[in-house]
Amino acid sequence: MAETVIKLGRKEKPSTFIDKVKQILPEGGNLNACLTCGACSSGCPATGLADMDPRKFLRMAALGMDEEIAASDWPWMCTMCMRCIYVCPMKIDIPQLVFNARTLRPREERPRGILGSCDMALKNETTSAMGTNAEDFEFVVGDVLEEYQENQPEFADMEAPIDKEGAEFFLNQNSREPNTEPDEMVPLWKILHLVGANWTYGSKGWAGENYCMFLADDESWKKVTKTSADQANTLGVKTFLNTE
Amino acid sequence: MNSDWNKDLKIKFTVQDPCQIVRKSYGDPIADDLRFVVKSIVGEENFIDMQPNRSNNYCCGGGGGFLQSGFKDERLTYGKIKDDQIQATGADYCIAGCHNCHAQIHELSEHYGGNYGVVHLWTLICLSLGILGPNEREYLGEDLQEVNVFHPETAM
Repeated sequence: MAETVIKLGRKEKPSTFIDKVKQILPEGGNLNACLTCGACSSGCPATGLADMDPRKFLRMAALGMDEEIAASDWPWMCTMCMRCIYVCPMKIDIPQLVFNARTLRPREERPRGILGSCDMALKNETTSAMGTNAEDFEFVVGDVLEEYQENQPEFADMEAPIDKEGAEFFLNQNSREPNTEPDEMVPLWKILHLVGANWTYGSKGWAGENYCMFLADDESWKKVTKTSADQANTLGVKTFLNTE
Repeated sequence: MNSDWNKDLKIKFTVQDPCQIVRKSYGDPIADDLRFVVKSIVGEENFIDMQPNRSNNYCCGGGGGFLQSGFKDERLTYGKIKDDQIQATGADYCIAGCHNCHAQIHELSEHYGGNYGVVHLWTLICLSLGILGPNEREYLGEDLQEVNVFHPETAM
């Protein structure tokens, strides 16, 4: 055993990015527990993109390379699919490290596509990232439903209600169908009808997509989710059915 | 619900495990439920699992905002593993229960030339039940446009 303690690195270590993330994760996300085995990287489809991989990313964070992490586009190429933590023998929460790394850039400098979709969702109580308002949604749903009730008489009693109080299920809906391929909404309506499900969409918060979450904008993410949850609660719905 | 419609056609299907409901939420039990439904509607002999699968499956590359982040080349490179998995099954269709997966895998099929179809699960459930009309077949190929059509006279 050495007689004196060997000290590595700077004398006074400033609080680094990894320290901040450790503070908000249960058990610190085990971020100190890496054995550098590389199981994460060998099974990660994002390995090699932007000259990065999960193990390297964690090592850089552990070494306090905060500026390099903030400059890397890799956190936007990781889908946070959690395959790395699934195979990790130490259960290190790399996906949360990646998610929080997205916040190292000012909001306005994050990828424009995600930013724009989040901002659009915030502008409307429908939370639609495509900007579809309640009136347009109601029109499309009603129009498509009427067409199928007439053309397929076996489904004359089929419903696609909006704001039905006391329904069992609150169903959300990706904006893409009502906007670009409305007929694609119908198969799910038919299945719900045949099994006798008592369900409803909400005039507020019906849109299932949540780009504010991908943007790592916690406040906006919460606002979008809360809009849907509040509407489900207002209607007295028992179960939130997420199709996303 | 049965797979009689596919008894003679023998159209082959594989299925993507959505990370959100499998690895990130309910694990292998729901992946098994998914396979039970898929096998019931397409026929057990017409289902080919991709490798690896269930909780150990790979993400398609459409999640986490990748589809809108602007890094298209990287996203397609990411998805090469998924495309290889699907092409190795030789399946005519990949069933995608997740909206992001559906969009990404559809693009992978075109980009890498596999030309397999990508379908929502609810489309096939309705096809199997004989209640899928002619206008609800946006993501079905030529081989399935005329199969088990509900109210064919309403085609637009």
